[in-house]
Amino acid sequence: MDRVEITKTYKIYIGGAFPRTESGRYYTPKRGEKALGNICLSSRKDVRNAVVAARGVHNKWAGKSAANRSQILYRIAEMLEGRKQQFIEELILQGSTKSQAVKEVIASVDRLIYYAGWCDKFAQVFSSVNPVASAHFNFTAPEPMGVVSIVCKEESGLLGIVSAIAPVLAGGNTCVLLASEQRPLCAITFAEVLNSSDVPGGVVNILTGKRTELIEHMASHMDVNGFLYCGTDKKDINTVQQLAVENLKRVTIRAFEGLMNDDHNTPYYIDDFIEMKTTWHPIEKIGATGSAY
Amino acid sequence: MDLVIFVEQQAFMGKSKAPQIPDFRLSPRIDQVGVGDRISRITTRSIKSSSKLQGLKMILNMIDLTTLEGADTQGKVSQLCNKAKFLHGSNPDLPTVAAVCVYPNFVSQAKKALLGTNINVASVATAFPAGQSSLDVKISDTKLAVDNGADEVDMVISRGRFHQGEYNYVFDEIAAVKEACGSARLKVILETGELGALDKVRRASDIAIYAGADFIKTSTGKISPAATLPVTCVMLEAIRDYFYESGTMIGMKPAGGISNSKLALQYLMLVKETLGDAWLSNQWFRYGASSLANDVLMQIEKQRTGNYQSKDYFSKD
Amino acid sequence: MGKSPTLEFDSKWDLSPAPESTGHINLKDQYDLFIGGKWVKPSSKKYFDTINPATEKVIAKVAEANEKDVNRAVQSARKAYNEVWSKLSAGERGKYIYRIARLIQERAREFSVIETMDGGKVIRESRDVDVPLAAAHFFYYAGWADKLKYAFPNRNPQPLGVAGQIIPWNFPLLMAAWKIAPALATGNTVVIKSAETTPLTLYKLAEVIESAGLPPGVVNIVSGAGETGAAIVNHRDVNKIAFTGSTGVGKIIQRAVVGTNKKTTLELGGKAANIVFEDAPLDQAVEGIINGIYFNQGHVCCAGSRLFIQESVKDIVLRKLQDRMESLIVGDPMDKNTDIGAINSKEQLGIIKKYIEVGKKEGATMYQNTCDLPKKGYWCRPTLFTNVSQSSRIVQEEIFGPVLAVQTFRTIDEVISKANNSPYGLSAGVWTDKGSKIFNLTSQMKAGIVWANSYNKFDPTSPFGGYKESGFGREGGLHGLKPYLNL
Repeated sequence: MDRVEITKTYKIYIGGAFPRTESGRYYTPKRGEKALGNICLSSRKDVRNAVVAARGVHNKWAGKSAANRSQILYRIAEMLEGRKQQFIEELILQGSTKSQAVKEVIASVDRLIYYAGWCDKFAQVFSSVNPVASAHFNFTAPEPMGVVSIVCKEESGLLGIVSAIAPVLAGGNTCVLLASEQRPLCAITFAEVLNSSDVPGGVVNILTGKRTELIEHMASHMDVNGFLYCGTDKKDINTVQQLAVENLKRVTIRAFEGLMNDDHNTPYYIDDFIEMKTTWHPIEKIGATGSAY
Repeated sequence: MDLVIFVEQQAFMGKSKAPQIPDFRLSPRIDQVGVGDRISRITTRSIKSSSKLQGLKMILNMIDLTTLEGADTQGKVSQLCNKAKFLHGSNPDLPTVAAVCVYPNFVSQAKKALLGTNINVASVATAFPAGQSSLDVKISDTKLAVDNGADEVDMVISRGRFHQGEYNYVFDEIAAVKEACGSARLKVILETGELGALDKVRRASDIAIYAGADFIKTSTGKISPAATLPVTCVMLEAIRDYFYESGTMIGMKPAGGISNSKLALQYLMLVKETLGDAWLSNQWFRYGASSLANDVLMQIEKQRTGNYQSKDYFSKD
Repeated sequence: MGKSPTLEFDSKWDLSPAPESTGHINLKDQYDLFIGGKWVKPSSKKYFDTINPATEKVIAKVAEANEKDVNRAVQSARKAYNEVWSKLSAGERGKYIYRIARLIQERAREFSVIETMDGGKVIRESRDVDVPLAAAHFFYYAGWADKLKYAFPNRNPQPLGVAGQIIPWNFPLLMAAWKIAPALATGNTVVIKSAETTPLTLYKLAEVIESAGLPPGVVNIVSGAGETGAAIVNHRDVNKIAFTGSTGVGKIIQRAVVGTNKKTTLELGGKAANIVFEDAPLDQAVEGIINGIYFNQGHVCCAGSRLFIQESVKDIVLRKLQDRMESLIVGDPMDKNTDIGAINSKEQLGIIKKYIEVGKKEGATMYQNTCDLPKKGYWCRPTLFTNVSQSSRIVQEEIFGPVLAVQTFRTIDEVISKANNSPYGLSAGVWTDKGSKIFNLTSQMKAGIVWANSYNKFDPTSPFGGYKESGFGREGGLHGLKPYLNL
């Protein structure tokens, strides 16, 4: 090793940019003796900025055609495929074996493809035309919930992130995501993938840092509509559920066991982060059989 | 003229001055289901005891007793006039009907028969019921009626022209007939059953009102559907908007298909809740009907005696 | 502007009284709890009065359930779930629900009259809306019982167990139907609590359930105030809480279930925007505005309480609105011609009056119709305020009474942003004749129900529920099944 290696600076991802944390603080997760890198300790203000970014772009993302969102999710998968090697290395660095790492990256690509396909289909599965008794056309169709806070599975470096955000994005939501505290590398690298995948800045915002410091800010922010907690920590879950009540965030808890399984390929994950809207409109009956006016 | 006085006079006149003629293509749109909702509030009104009796008497007084048949004869018209004068002999407290309505060639006969009563003679005119003729013919038809002494003229609009989008033609024709009417009051029949949609009913109402109609009227009685509550509701709303705009009252006459008291009371309720008390007189509201009078009479007798009535006790003319 | 011509709606032709007959109804002086298929005295030994808000007279005494009673109810619901209901075939389950629907239809008149006596709502509405819709709701969900797999592709839906349900006082029987019908259809058993001021029709429903032969304990009915509700929410053997009521109480409930596995459905408050564009069918819009805010004395969570009129038609719409208000009849709810009945309770009347004072203090201009009010009872004239703004409290806060706040707007963007400028998101109304504008507006409203060129329409097949702080979960329709199932 003659050459001095260039080490990567892991910054956070807010509004399509890679700022350093506003707090100026860092932590250094380790795998055995080896330091993984200097990782931003995001602050309450970073959460706020991320929510502002997510809210700011929400109408744009929700307003894209479902087909377009589908293509963008597919594009994320393409970009991830192209950078497989980097993710494999990071996963190994974070403690995976080579074969585990390869499997996880491949599964992540495939999961993105799976949800990319749902973007323009789930509405057809979950919608209904309601045969009301009065002279009205009445239908119920899903709409995006809004801004979703996501706390990623601590034990998973990449697949946990992808499995959490793909259905949330497919549903037309934007999100603020807190990466695994001890396995944060892929999260930031995944941000780079997102940044080169036609995903508008702000649709996904990725923070790193201490779960204990950030969860409450993510759960109490009054401009967040939904919360996805991936994990099983009772204390965390309690905190999230308590604070979410303040503005009635819709909270979903997923243990995310066996993430490689196909169980996690399901449109019902999208269903958790949509709102059902029912629309009524009168039907003029003039000219219908037997009717007069 | 002194300017101040002029301005004041304008302000005063403003209450009854005809407002600027609108673009009839922009007449308000009507939501049929919403009209239905409004009507269901009317038809669930419960009109009982003294309010029912009061309503029935008003209705009787608002009827244009009508015969408009190819087979009308002097005998038939004479019977109709007698019925108008003596509705039901056994009850002298009853009001009379508002008018009899006949073809122009029977006007002078009816006029004579009703001399000394306050019952008006109305005549249909303008190539009734189809209205498919030239303006000249329609004007002379109108003049025939008026010259024979008609107090009221019931004209039909040119529905064909209306459907062709020639709103100015329809407007001008009504205005010309109005002029020919002189002092006779003009009722303009829209023949709503041929207009096809409530939006068109509203548009035709606006045209008729702005062209000088004293009344707007739903139907000739020759086309089904004739008068309905939704159609009448839309026409009353047109009258209301014009009143808001100008302060001028226009009358309303649903005609055809109103053959029982219950339905007639619902029309009256619709008028009351749409236009208010001022319209509850035969100067502003009429029913064009032939068999309604007897049903109202039967109901009045029922209210008076407490017994349900048989048709055998009421004269059929 | 000169004095504009006015319409008079005074008294030339008044309607004679047309009271619905009350001779046929069958009410006891005292109602006990309905637990395990039996009428049970409350262990609290306490009874409270339920009064007729139109006369202030006591109608009956009703048992107050305490924690012990609620426990008994939950136990009997659990027993019924384990031993009977979960073992019954879905088709048979459905047939019981059909029976309930039919029996409500048969006793519709009695239900209507009692609903009107107990809650003050007009007989026209309890007869034409509440009761038929309640029956229709049971009828609709009955048919779902054996078809659940078709509602959730690729899933095998399973019931949750015991559902605890708490309903409000504005639509007592109808809300009971909204809660009980889907719970039973999905195979759950029920403990339901009526609202404090309107317990009677729920106990009449208990009689229907008895005569339908529903297995004992499948539906248990209790009454009481907040503490009774809390006992249901906090009971450890309840798997599901369905609540309709205020956002404040909804949050208390949601906090109470933290750390448990209880699923919740919350149908909470609202402050709906009703938007009238200049190209709307204005006369029908006016009828929709009236129906939107004065239906059920404005005691409606989805009431169209914020009216937005495009500025170019403000004068004409207000004028039509005021004339229509003049033709509304306020008074005896039992009279078939009454449009606006009694305010549900003295307490609620106090709240409404307080808001009316707030409105006046904030400088808003008030208009009320001019009818006479009865001497006894709780009454509020239909009211509207103009000269209000987004910052007015009567614009921001749910009043739950016949009070309309009117604002104007200029552009589509402006009205969308104002309409969505609320923590609530239950419903909205849009009036315009232009199709593409309708779909723009309906898709932009952050609300669970959007009525275009209509308002306050309800149907068992049509899902109902809110965005944001108006709660979560849907009731009605296919989507109303999910909150009662594990997928």
